[in-house]
Amino acid sequence: MDIAQLQAYGYFALTVFLTLALYGYIYHLYSKKKDSDGHDYEEYSNMALHDDISDTPVNAISDDKEK
Amino acid sequence: MENRPLEYDYTVAKMFMLTTVLLGFVGMLIGVILAFELAFPSINTVLGEGLAEYTNFSRLRPLHTDAVIFGFTLSGIFATWYYVGQRVLKVSMAESGFLMFIGKLHFWLYLVGVVAVVVSLFMGITTSKEYAEFEWPIDIAIVVVWVLFGISMFGLIGMRREKSLYISVWYYIATFLGIAMLYLFNNMEVPTMLAASPAGETGFGAWYHSVSMYAGTNDALVQWWYGHNAVAFGFTVPIVAMIYYFLPKESGQAIYSYKLSLLSFWGLMFVYLWAGGHHLLYSTVPDWMQTMGSIFSVVLILPSWGSAINMLLTMKGEWQQVAASPLIKFMVLGSTFYMFSTLEGPIQAIKSVNAIAHFTDWIVGHVHDGVLGWVGFMIMAALYHMAPRVFKREIYSKKLMASQFWMQTLGVVLYFTSMWIAGITQGMMWRAHDEFGNLAYSFIDTVTVLHPYYTIRGVGGLLYLIGFVMFAYNIYKTMTAGRKVEESELQNASPMGA
Repeated sequence: MDIAQLQAYGYFALTVFLTLALYGYIYHLYSKKKDSDGHDYEEYSNMALHDDISDTPVNAISDDKEK
Repeated sequence: MENRPLEYDYTVAKMFMLTTVLLGFVGMLIGVILAFELAFPSINTVLGEGLAEYTNFSRLRPLHTDAVIFGFTLSGIFATWYYVGQRVLKVSMAESGFLMFIGKLHFWLYLVGVVAVVVSLFMGITTSKEYAEFEWPIDIAIVVVWVLFGISMFGLIGMRREKSLYISVWYYIATFLGIAMLYLFNNMEVPTMLAASPAGETGFGAWYHSVSMYAGTNDALVQWWYGHNAVAFGFTVPIVAMIYYFLPKESGQAIYSYKLSLLSFWGLMFVYLWAGGHHLLYSTVPDWMQTMGSIFSVVLILPSWGSAINMLLTMKGEWQQVAASPLIKFMVLGSTFYMFSTLEGPIQAIKSVNAIAHFTDWIVGHVHDGVLGWVGFMIMAALYHMAPRVFKREIYSKKLMASQFWMQTLGVVLYFTSMWIAGITQGMMWRAHDEFGNLAYSFIDTVTVLHPYYTIRGVGGLLYLIGFVMFAYNIYKTMTAGRKVEESELQNASPMGA
């Protein structure tokens, strides 16, 4: 097998892998609905809607540091 | 020090707002001059033969593209970052003297870079690489500016109160990383003073001259990988960052689907970098690479429309806001133009269509419906939304904003329709031949036919420029004469005077 053939197989395999990864990510988002912190993804829109510096963060970086 | 409640600090955002308006005007003014030079060539020497060197099309053209890309758009990106970044991370620039210093340094060095670019391009000093005309000393300065932007960005992210990064921040990070990679690789160049001929001669050219490290087809490939992704990471990714913040905020509506925004992001990142090959169809680039460029361009419709539809659906049930607010109009039409140009681009990237479209004015039309309709509208909308919040005054005139909207929309429509007709006419005439294979037309035949369309394009551009002057005036009056407003009026819809 020459280098060009190897490249072609490698390219095909990479494309398949990245496609599976992307669809796997979509499946993950829509089946789990929540991230590892237990927040529904849709709650994150509030980061823009409630963005005054005195607003409570959607997911505070440290609960003991801030309110 | 008195004990005041913590507030966001928009000092640096305001500085970049100023350059956005200023460089936007300069870039668009030069664009209009160029458009009329193409329609009426005598304008090339409008200041006399002696100054023709500085007023001709070829000298001004890179000044137009670079002023709009690296002046107007980049300033808009920086201005909105220094505004949006603080707000969605819930941290103020005032909390860090270091970041404030870096932010200001970022602005002033950027300004030095702008002056160097304007002067050198006017003098005709250029590497001749499209959108990468700057010689190596300026490239190094730009890298320093970019690193300062990165320190600002990651510094702010590092001290955030909000653990998760809002989708716009993802897009700003992608802008930073994407441009960094593209700029470095495409601008790899060797100063000519380091070169030596086989005969042992040295010291070629001036100290600032350089040659690309790549040659021939490789140079073309790197150049269009860069060129197309400058569109990706300059005109798309950061503008999507803006609309994901400003449209929900101004309308008070949550993003239609936050999950869709995440997967559109990864889709865009995955696909965009492979599409540059479509600039080199029917060239010496390997055929499989051309095909890949075509295919990835078509696939690119999906993530682009994912974001654009997400934004339009955010307005679901709230369409009365589009009728009521010229600010929302700008963003909704911007999103629509984004859908339009991301459908048009893939169509042009199909090989058989490209056979007609390549090198014609249709391409110019495509770029401009994207940049005038999407990038320009979105950046102006962002500044309109920011102005009442950073100056604590209501927007000076809603009527003026509405007139500006309609005038510029008409300008964009005149621009792209005339370029469609001109481009397809050109493409067909260049290809036409008799039964023996002799070309049916010479170049000057196309020029004669295209003249009316070039004039219409100039008028369209002029309307857009007048609209931009109205925008600049509105922002200036907001800053100086708008009614003072309280924090409570600034929650969602921006306050506007009659």
